[in-house]
Amino acid sequence: MVRDPLMARRNWANRLALASTGLCALVTVSVLFFLLGYIAVNGIGALNWAFFTQLPKPVGEPGGGMANAIVGTGKLLFLASLIGVPIGFFGGVYLAEFGRNGKIAFWVRYATDVLNGVPSIVIGIFAYVLVVLPMKSFSTLAGGFALGIMMIPIAVRTTEEFLKLIPASIREAADALGVQRWKTILFVVIPAAFRGLLTGILLDLARVAGETAPLLFTALNNRVWSHGWMEPTASLPVMIYTYAIAPYEDWHRQAWAAALVLMLLVLVVNGGARMVLPRRSVVV
Amino acid sequence: MPRSSSLNWQDRLFRWACLGFALLILGLVAALAVELAWSSRLALRAFGFSFLWTQVWDPVREVFGALPFIYGTLVTSAIALLIAVPFGLGTAIFLAELAPPRISEIIGFLVELLAAIPSVIYGLVGLFVVVPWVRSVASPSVDAVLGWLPVFQGSPYGVGIFTAGLILAVMIVPFVTTVSREVLLTVPRSQREAALALGATHWETIWTTILPYARSGIIGSIFLALARALGETMAVTMVVGNRPEIHPSIFDPGYTMAAVLANEFAEATSNLYLGALIEIGLVLFGITIVVNGVARLLLYRLHDTSAVHV
Amino acid sequence: MSSIVPSVKPPRLAVREAPPADASSVAMAVDRLNAWFAENHVLRDISITFPKQQVTALIGPSGCGKSTLIRCLNRMHEVVAGARVKGEIWVDGMNIYGEGVDPVQVRRKIGMVFQKPNPFPTMSIYDNVAAGLKLNGVRNVSVLDEAVERGLRQAALWEEVKDKLKEPGTGLSGGQQQRLCIARALAVKPEILLLDEPCSALDPIATAKIEELLHELKTQYTVGIVTHNMQQAARVSSFTGFLLLGELIEFGTTDRLFTNPSDPRTEAYITGRFG
Repeated sequence: MVRDPLMARRNWANRLALASTGLCALVTVSVLFFLLGYIAVNGIGALNWAFFTQLPKPVGEPGGGMANAIVGTGKLLFLASLIGVPIGFFGGVYLAEFGRNGKIAFWVRYATDVLNGVPSIVIGIFAYVLVVLPMKSFSTLAGGFALGIMMIPIAVRTTEEFLKLIPASIREAADALGVQRWKTILFVVIPAAFRGLLTGILLDLARVAGETAPLLFTALNNRVWSHGWMEPTASLPVMIYTYAIAPYEDWHRQAWAAALVLMLLVLVVNGGARMVLPRRSVVV
Repeated sequence: MPRSSSLNWQDRLFRWACLGFALLILGLVAALAVELAWSSRLALRAFGFSFLWTQVWDPVREVFGALPFIYGTLVTSAIALLIAVPFGLGTAIFLAELAPPRISEIIGFLVELLAAIPSVIYGLVGLFVVVPWVRSVASPSVDAVLGWLPVFQGSPYGVGIFTAGLILAVMIVPFVTTVSREVLLTVPRSQREAALALGATHWETIWTTILPYARSGIIGSIFLALARALGETMAVTMVVGNRPEIHPSIFDPGYTMAAVLANEFAEATSNLYLGALIEIGLVLFGITIVVNGVARLLLYRLHDTSAVHV
Repeated sequence: MSSIVPSVKPPRLAVREAPPADASSVAMAVDRLNAWFAENHVLRDISITFPKQQVTALIGPSGCGKSTLIRCLNRMHEVVAGARVKGEIWVDGMNIYGEGVDPVQVRRKIGMVFQKPNPFPTMSIYDNVAAGLKLNGVRNVSVLDEAVERGLRQAALWEEVKDKLKEPGTGLSGGQQQRLCIARALAVKPEILLLDEPCSALDPIATAKIEELLHELKTQYTVGIVTHNMQQAARVSSFTGFLLLGELIEFGTTDRLFTNPSDPRTEAYITGRFG
């Protein structure tokens, strides 16, 4: 075969271009590993028992922990699930089992997509006007409400997706036995999809666990324990933010520790989801 | 529902309950839009459309113009796209075209993890790693070469528009990569073979055939990423500099719409101030709806055929 | 003519070099070709020659390996993940599976048309036909114009599309699209044109047009065609190979193979007893 210079150039361009796509992938993955490594290194050094058990010390005093923020995040996530999961779940059941391709379903899906695209800070404004203003106080309730709304879109989508994966034959089998529709759905279809649904909800929780923006002016922050649901509360992400931008070395240290804890939560849930689900659908 | 006539009352109740929750979502979104508009009425009335293109943001005198924030949001997002699109698309091509399926799955998962990292953690790393690097390395070296262009003039801060754009780039790469990869995988084999049979190299096949075939989906993924960048709050707030000014250089501090909300909302003292902030939220809401809408239109065809959700 | 008729089964070639037998009349000689999909051995020791400027048809029941064989002929088999090839194929005194041979160059010389028409949807009719030339660095507009017209004329499509060259190729009918794909393959002036069941997605009228076209094409090109339609093979080809379960059972002139097959399995197939 004739070795012409054009072909040589084309082959060269081919190799160069393909190699650069590999380089892109390498850089992207390296950035991830750099992030994980950097957080791990800085976080492990700062993580200690006090971090989980003690309250923040007054400004200027070293030591202390984020016990209140950990509990606060737990309370916020609990409230968020209470609001987001039922709405998202039954909304998803409607789309998968009843709405299908109808007009209402179209608009509900559209609204879900819009909600998913709304910047989290705007959700914060919504919760502020709807909960904080009328109650005249920043509160766990307001923060949980904001996070709950943020959970809805993914809860709807995963529910619909996993219910649709259940073959129609299962529904038909139940129908053929004369079982009522709602019983079929609740006791046959949903249990069949249970693993996927649970994983979806966990992913959803892991996602909002790190949300900071909607909490800034709803749950606010708190340097002591927050009692009940009507007081402002600390949370891990907001603590990371406040500590990071403060001028104290010791606070920076603790911010890294909190970042490591959040990171681990995200890694465990995402990694676990990957194991449980054969091929996770891409919910972005 | 053809079966609905035969539904008994329990079934009907269950159905209505599910419908109720579904409609609640619709109501929620409607309420969100209405509420933003209603709560910003003071500012809307006081400044009208000039709110969008006046530059002065002075809470003390109660003069509010959102231009610096709109400018900062657009420029940081543009920088993010300039960096993220080549890298994200390159990675997507590698995953869809070159990597063996198992490697592709693993790298794909790692890239998705980038999207799962909380924004505030990006801000933390940005503040303690990227900001010093920009201050001592990126800004001076770019200034040395291209400093005669006002856009690239160095600045001693480290925080600024460029730093925010750089971090946003990392945050939105997963959106470009994950969605583009799915789109590339839907390109029919016959297209690839047509090009190969003509004597195209692998890259020429990708460049002349596969990418053009997938272009609407790829552009969709870019819009999706753009929507994320526009609304991103924490990471940007921590590194953008937070100054309501418009400077020519990308290394100078700036401000974004989301960042001003994060910083000033809890401290807004007057109703007009609060209204102005909420109006910024309204503008942000509107922009992201439009950008997301474009993304959805472009990705619409994929929606039914693959697992891509936007 | 009789001198180029290969024997019923081509003799195995002991020496690994270009087959000596009357090389001037043979466009392509396949020597002990084996192909796999992962662990599936789909072609076994195929040896076959394609006479110059003739149409050679490959027939056989579904799954016999005829499509795999034709895809091996321009190294398209290997683009599928897990696919593997062993053996030699000689074209112009060169083994296209030899060491250091660039598959891209092979495909440039050996064009291929696929089962389903696959015009590039983002390109116009003109750009579709010019695509191969542009890849080869041709930028001169008059050269391109000339090549596009020649390709389209050879594919008997020129008259139908000459006034809408800038329209997308996907706007044409199925038969026109397939002829567009033939024009696209011809525009780069290949030596050999391979067609993998080119009419399987077309209606009878479009099929007749393509068959007519094949008669024209063999005056300039060596043509290899895979078809599941025996009548089509009988109509268009001078030589026919019959494959079964990955083996070449019989090869000869089309006339003889269809009237007087020497292998009972060939006879069973062409008389319709299986497949």
